[in-house]
Amino acid sequence: MAELRLMKGNEALAEAAIRTGVDGYFGYPITPQSEVIEYLMAEKPFERTGMIVLQAESEVASINMLYGGGGTGKKVMTSSSSPGISLMQEGLSYMAGAEIPCVVANIVRGGPGLGDIQPAQSDYFQAVKGGGHGDYHLPVLAPASVQEMSDFVPVAFDLAFKYRTPVLIISDGLIGQMMEKVELFEQMPRLTDEEINERYPWATNGKPAGEERRILTSLYLDPHKLEKNNFKLQEKYRNIEADEVNYELIDCDDAEYIIVAYGSSSRISQKTIKLARAEGIKVGLLRPITLWPFPKNPIDDLVKKGVKGFLSVEMSAGQMVEDVRLTVRERTKVEHFGRYGGVIHSPEEVLEALKTKIVGG
Amino acid sequence: MSEITIQDIIKPENLVYEKTKLMTDNALSYCPGCGHGTAHRLIMEVIEELGQENDTIGVAPVGCSVLAYEFMNVDMQEAAHGRAPAVATAIKRLWPGKVVYTYQGDGDLAAIGTAETIHACNRGENIVIIFINNGIYGMTGGQMAPTTLPGMKTSTSPYGRDVQSMGNPLKITELVSALPGTYYVTRQSVHTPAAVRKAKRAIKKAFQNQLDCKPGLSFVEIVSNCNSGWKMEPVQSNIWMEENMFPFYELGDIKVDGSLLAK
Ligand SMILES: Cc1ncc(C[n+]2csc(CCOP(=O)(O)OP(=O)(O)O)c2C)c(N)n1
Ligand code: SF4
Ligand SMILES: [Mg+2]
Repeated sequence: MAELRLMKGNEALAEAAIRTGVDGYFGYPITPQSEVIEYLMAEKPFERTGMIVLQAESEVASINMLYGGGGTGKKVMTSSSSPGISLMQEGLSYMAGAEIPCVVANIVRGGPGLGDIQPAQSDYFQAVKGGGHGDYHLPVLAPASVQEMSDFVPVAFDLAFKYRTPVLIISDGLIGQMMEKVELFEQMPRLTDEEINERYPWATNGKPAGEERRILTSLYLDPHKLEKNNFKLQEKYRNIEADEVNYELIDCDDAEYIIVAYGSSSRISQKTIKLARAEGIKVGLLRPITLWPFPKNPIDDLVKKGVKGFLSVEMSAGQMVEDVRLTVRERTKVEHFGRYGGVIHSPEEVLEALKTKIVGG
Repeated sequence: MSEITIQDIIKPENLVYEKTKLMTDNALSYCPGCGHGTAHRLIMEVIEELGQENDTIGVAPVGCSVLAYEFMNVDMQEAAHGRAPAVATAIKRLWPGKVVYTYQGDGDLAAIGTAETIHACNRGENIVIIFINNGIYGMTGGQMAPTTLPGMKTSTSPYGRDVQSMGNPLKITELVSALPGTYYVTRQSVHTPAAVRKAKRAIKKAFQNQLDCKPGLSFVEIVSNCNSGWKMEPVQSNIWMEENMFPFYELGDIKVDGSLLAK
C-alpha cells in the first residue's frame, strides 16, 4: 500500500533521501531549507537504514564531504539555499572534473547577496551553465510539487551514478515550505559495501588485493591530457543531452502561444492558462523538468508547428529566456515575464504580460 | 680466486633496506633535498607494516604534494585546497573500518583550510592528519605562509615578515592540541636519520591510534624544509631550519593519549 502523508517539500525531500537508501547527508542550516537537516536529525535515519547525517561547519565543508563520500561509491547528498550553493561551486567543479557522483538540492531564495528568504528562481544561470570554473554541466532537475520533491531524489541518484556526476535538484522556497499530499515510495535498500565494489570499480575505498590503486583527481598538468579529460566530459554531456531531456506539455496541442515555466512558476502559469483560455486565448505550457539538458527539441517542434510566441515566465529578471531564445532563433517572438527578489507573480499578472508582450505586442 | 661480481652481492641474506612497495616507482616531483619525499615514504612504510594497504584511503592536498597520489600506492583522492579534513571526515564516517589520512601543507591546512582543520579536530574524527610545515607556499613559488617566521623573507614579504602588518605565525598544532577532539598531537622533523626514526614512530603511533579506534584525531606535524622557496642549498636549509624553525616550532609530543603534556 502506498503511504500518503501531508508534508512540506523540504520534509518530503529528506524522507525521500532515507527511502532512496542514501548513505550520508552532510549539510549546513540556511532558510528556507533548514527543515531538511532538522527532519533528518529528528528521524534518526541511522536506526532506520544505517544512513549517517552530519551537520558540517559550512557549505564548503559539506560539499567536500560529498566529494570524499561520493568518491568512495557511497550515495551522498546535501541541500542548501542560494548563498550556500554559491559556496559549493568550487567543490562542484572539482567533482565534475574528478567525475564524482552526488546529489545537491538548492531551495532557491532571492538574491543577489544575502538577498531575502523568499522564493526565487534567480539561480538558473548558475545551475545550468556550470556554476563553478571550467567547462562542465550538471544535470538539473526542477520539481514543481511536493510529490516531485520526493520522486526526483531517486531519479537524481540514478543519473548521478549512471554518468558519474553531481546532479542538482533546483527548487525554491515556495515548494520547499508548502505542504501537499505526498505518496511516498517504498524503502529501497542501501547498497552493501560488496555491491558498491562490484558496481563502481573507480571508487576509492581501499585498493582491492592484487589490483592497481584508484585515484580520483581533477588535476592534469599536461594540457593535452587535460584536454583529453575535457573531451571525455563533453562526450558525456552530449550523451546526457541526447538521452535525459525531460519535460511536460500541458494544453499545447492547439496552442497558439506557449508559456515556458518550471517549478513554482509553472504551477502559477497553469492557472494563467485557464484564465487565458476562458478569454479565448489559446495558450499552452511547456514545463522543463530537466533545466539542463534543456528541452530544445520540443520547443523547436512547437516553432515548426507555427506557434506565434513564447513567454518565459520565471521568478527572475530573465535567465531561462536566453535558452528559449537560443532555441527559437528569432523564428518567432520570445519574451520574458517574472517578478523577482522574492516577489511571486500572480496568474493575473502573467496573463497581462502574455497579452501585452506576446498576443498583442 | 674468481672475481666477485655485483650479482654475487645481490642476495636475500645481504639485504639491509628495501623500498616499501607502497611507494610507486614514479620519479618524485620534489626538489632534491626537500622533506616531502621522506615524509611520504614513512607514511607508506607504516601502512605496509600495519598491513593496511588494501584498507587505506589517502587524501592529497593542493600544494607541492598535490601529486602525492602519484607516489603513494594506495587508493587516493585529491582534495580542493584546504578541504582534505572535510573529505576525510566523510570517507571515515562512511567506511569506519578503513584507515583514512590526509597529507597537507601549511598553506593548505593552516590558512585556506583552517575551518576544516579545526572542526575535523574538534569533532574528534578518527583520522590521521600529516601536516608538513615548511613555513612557505612551496608550490606557488615561495609566498608567505601562515607559518612564515617573523622577519622571514618570502616573495610576498620581500623585506621580511612584519608581524605588525602581516600578522604572527600561527602555531596551529598547539591550537588543535587544546581541542578535546584531538587524541595525539606531535611535532617531528625528517632532516636527519635520527629524526626520521622518531618521526616514523610518531606516524606509526598515529595510525595505530586509528586502528585501535582511540577517541579522537591523531595529528602529526612535520617541520620541514623548502630549500627552493627558502632559496638555499639543501644542507644549508636544514641548518637554517634547526637554527630558526625549531626554536619557534619546538619538536616533540604535545598531547599523548588525549592528555596534554606538561611543559
Ligand atoms: C582556491 C585556491 N587558491 C589558491 C590556490 C593556489 N595555491 C596552490 S598551492 C598553494 C599554497 C601551498 O602551500 P602549502 O600548503 O604550504 O604547500 P607546500 O607547497 O608548501 O608544500 C596555493 C596558494 C589554489 N590552488 N586554490
Ligand atoms: S618547492 Fe619547496 S616544498 Fe616544494 S618540492 Fe621544492 S623544496 Fe619541496
Ligand atoms: Mg608550505
